[in-house]
Amino acid sequence: MLLLIQYTLIFSSVLLLVALGGCFSEHSGVINLGLEGIMVIGALGGALMMRMLPAGTSAIVIVLLTLLAAIVFGVVYSSLLAVASINFKADQTIVGTALNMLGTAAATVFVKAINTAANPNDHSATIIYVEPKKAFVKAIGSFEFNWFMVVAVIVLILAYVILYKTKFGLRLMACGEHPQAAASVGINVFKMRWAGVLISGALGGLGGICYILAGVSQWQFEYGVAGFGFLALAVMIFGQWKPLRIALAALLFGLFRALSNVYAGFDFLSALNIPGTVYNMMPYIVSLIVLALTSGKSRAPKAEGIPYDKGMR
Amino acid sequence: MDSPYAIEMLHITKRFPGIIANDDITLQLKRGEIHALLGENGAGKSTLMSVLFGLYQAEEGVIKKDGKEVQIKDPNDANALGIGMVHQHFKLVECFSVLDNIILGVEPTKHGFLQKKEAREKVMALSEKYGLHVDPDAIIEDITVGMQQRTEILKMLYRDNEILIFDEPTAVLTPQEIEELMQIMKNLAAEGKSILFISHKLAEIMAVADRCTVLRKGKYIGTVETKNTTVEQLSAMMVGRNVNFHVEKKPSTPGDVILEVENMTVASKVHKKDAVKDVSFKVRAGEIVCIAGIDGNGQTELVYGLSGLEPLKSGKILFKGQDITKASIRKRSTSGLSHIPEDRHKHGLVLDYPLEYNIILQRYFEPEFTTKAGFLKRKPIREYAERLIQEYDVRSGQGPITIARSMSGGNQQKAIIAREIDKAPDLLLAVQPTRGLDVGAIESVHKQLVAQRDAGKAVLLVSLELDEVMDVPDRILVMYEGEIVGELDPKKTTQEELGLYMAGAKRDEVKA
Repeated sequence: MLLLIQYTLIFSSVLLLVALGGCFSEHSGVINLGLEGIMVIGALGGALMMRMLPAGTSAIVIVLLTLLAAIVFGVVYSSLLAVASINFKADQTIVGTALNMLGTAAATVFVKAINTAANPNDHSATIIYVEPKKAFVKAIGSFEFNWFMVVAVIVLILAYVILYKTKFGLRLMACGEHPQAAASVGINVFKMRWAGVLISGALGGLGGICYILAGVSQWQFEYGVAGFGFLALAVMIFGQWKPLRIALAALLFGLFRALSNVYAGFDFLSALNIPGTVYNMMPYIVSLIVLALTSGKSRAPKAEGIPYDKGMR
Repeated sequence: MDSPYAIEMLHITKRFPGIIANDDITLQLKRGEIHALLGENGAGKSTLMSVLFGLYQAEEGVIKKDGKEVQIKDPNDANALGIGMVHQHFKLVECFSVLDNIILGVEPTKHGFLQKKEAREKVMALSEKYGLHVDPDAIIEDITVGMQQRTEILKMLYRDNEILIFDEPTAVLTPQEIEELMQIMKNLAAEGKSILFISHKLAEIMAVADRCTVLRKGKYIGTVETKNTTVEQLSAMMVGRNVNFHVEKKPSTPGDVILEVENMTVASKVHKKDAVKDVSFKVRAGEIVCIAGIDGNGQTELVYGLSGLEPLKSGKILFKGQDITKASIRKRSTSGLSHIPEDRHKHGLVLDYPLEYNIILQRYFEPEFTTKAGFLKRKPIREYAERLIQEYDVRSGQGPITIARSMSGGNQQKAIIAREIDKAPDLLLAVQPTRGLDVGAIESVHKQLVAQRDAGKAVLLVSLELDEVMDVPDRILVMYEGEIVGELDPKKTTQEELGLYMAGAKRDEVKA
C-alpha cells in the first residue's frame, strides 16, 4: 500500500509539473503538443548533468544542478516552438509534433555518440545514474520520499498564485483568450506568448527529469518518455486548464500509472490473474475514456492555436 | 494649451492594397465637444480612427495633440496621450470579470500582487459619477451588450483618458440603451472629456453631437455645426445624393400561408427558463411580418428554432404545409428558407474564406457549382460571385477573392443579403438585416425586402430599430419575455404604443 502511495505521488508529480507547463503555454494562446519531446530533452539534460558530476558531490548540489540542467534544456528546446509558432506563425500542432519526433531521436543519437566515444564497444543509448539518484530520495521508514514531490507542490502553489493573483497571470490569460483585446490595452502579445511557452519548457524539462528518476536508476533514451507528455496534456484538459483541478487530475492518472508498477504487491489484484500489460495500458485507456466523456464540456482558452496577427479584427 | 483643439488630424492619407481608405482627411476635435464622424460603410471612418489609435500608420499627414505634433505608433502611445476607444467589436476577454477587463494592462499591484480592492473602489466611484451601472464581478459572457459597452467606457475612464472615441456605439444597443448612452456621452463632455462619435445614424448625431465631419468614399466632404444643419443635408453630404427615408410600398396582398408556427417552445442557453414560450403565428406569401421587441426577449431563440440552429422543446413548424420541425438546416435551406442571421460573423460568413466561397456557401453542392466527381467548378463560381457583387453593390478590395474578414461590416452584410435573396426563397428570415448599415444601404435593404414581398414571397423581419419596425412591415408581432404579447398594424399604431408593448406594460391575448 505504501508503495502504491509512493508511486502515485511521484508519477502524479511528473504529470502535475508537465500539465502545469502545458497550462501556462495554452493560457498564453499556444498549444504545446511538444511536451513529450520537451520532457525527453529535459531528461537528457538532467541525466547528462548527473553523469558528468564527479562522485562525492554533495546531494544538494547534485539536486540543484540536475534540476537546473533539465530546466535549461527544456527552455532552450521549447524556444523552437516559440520562434516557429509565435514569430513565424507556423501551425502549432505540426511544430509540436515535430518537437516530439525530434526529441526522442536527438536524445538517442546524442547519448549513443557519447557512450561510443567513451567506450567504442558501447552502442547503447542508456545513461546510468545509480549513485546520483540517491540524492533525490530519502527513505522514511519503508516510504521512499522523493524531493520532486516537494518541487511539484511548490510549482502548483506558484502556478496558482501567478495565474490568479498577479498581473502577469491576468495578462497571460488575456492573450490566450482574446489577444486583440490584450493588444488594444497595450499588452505585447508576442512577449506574453514567449513567456508562456518558455515556462512550459521549464516545467516540461523538470517533469522529464522527474520521470526518469521516478522508478529506475538508468534510462534508455530510445523509449522517450513513453507518452507521458501526452498523458500530461490529458491531465491538463481534464483539469480544465485550472491548476487545482489539474492537481486532482494528476493524482487520478498517477494512481493508475502507479498501479502498473505495484499491482503484484496486492494479493487480490494478483489473484485476478490479469496480465501486467493490462495495467500498463490503464493510464492511457483511462485518459481516452475520460477525455471522450469530458471534452465536450471543456473550455479551452479561446484563442489557443491561432497565431496572433495584428491585422486580424 | 493655447490650441482650442484636443486632437487634430491633418491631411491624413492611408492606403490599402487596391483601395485608398483615407484620402487627405482633416479632423479637428475641440476640447469638451462631442464631434461626430459620419460616413457610409467603407467611407474610411474606422480606418481614420485606427490611425488615431495607433493600429495603423498613415502614409501622409500629421496628428497634433493640444497643438503639438505627436507620433502614435501603437495603442500604448495613444493611451499615453489620453486617447481611449470603444471599438465596434468590443475588446473584452469574455471569461474575465468586468473588473479584470477594466484593469487589464494597467493593473494596480503591490509587491507584484494584484490589488483588486483598490481597483474596485476606483471603478465603483467612476461608475457612480457617470451613471455607468456595472456589476464588477459579473463575467463578460453573462452580461448584456449594454453592460459590456459600459465596461468598455469604464476602461477608458479608468485610464483617465481625455479623448474618447466611440466606434459605432449604438449599433448593438436597444433603444433604451441608446438613450442611456447619449446621456452618458453628454455627461462625459460636460466633465471636459472630448468625444469622437463615429456613426451613420443621423438622428443620433443630431441629438448628441456639437459638430459633425462627413467622409465619403475615403474623402473629406466637410465639417458642419449640427445646430445649423438638417438630417437631409447631412445625408446628402454622406451619400452624395438625396435619400428617401420613408419606405415606399403598396398595400400588401397576402396569399397562402407559407410559415405556420404552432406552440413553439425553445429552451434558453443562458438561463434555466424557456426563451420562447408557446408561441404561435403565421406568415403569408406577399407580406412582411415583423417581430419587434427589446433585445433578449426570445427573438434570437425563435429564429434559431426556425432556422434549425436549435431544436424545439415542443411545438411544430409548418413550412409550405410541410412539417419541418425536425428537418436539417440544409433541408430547410434548399426547400426555400433563407436566413439573414443576426450575428454575421458567427452564422453568416466563414470569415477566412474568400467572398466567392461565402457566396456559394449554401449552394456549393449544386450541379451548377460542383462536378459529378465532386470538384468545385471554379469558373462558374467566380462568375456567379461577380454577378452578385455587381448587382448588390458589394464593395471589397479584390472582388471575389477578397477574404471576408478584411471587408467592412456593411459590405459583409450586403454579401449575405445578396446570397440569401438570390437563392429565390419562399420565406426570407431577416434578422436585424440593417444592423450596422448606413442610411444609403438601409434604404436599399428595405427596398429589397419590399421587392421580395411584392414578388409574392413571405418575409419575416426581426428588428430592434423602432423606425424600421414602424416603416417596413405589414404586421407587427411584439415579443416580450418569450411570448408574443401583441399584434399591431403599423399604419394604426404609434411608437409610444409599440414601446409600451415592448416594455411589457401592455399586452393582448394574441392568437395570430
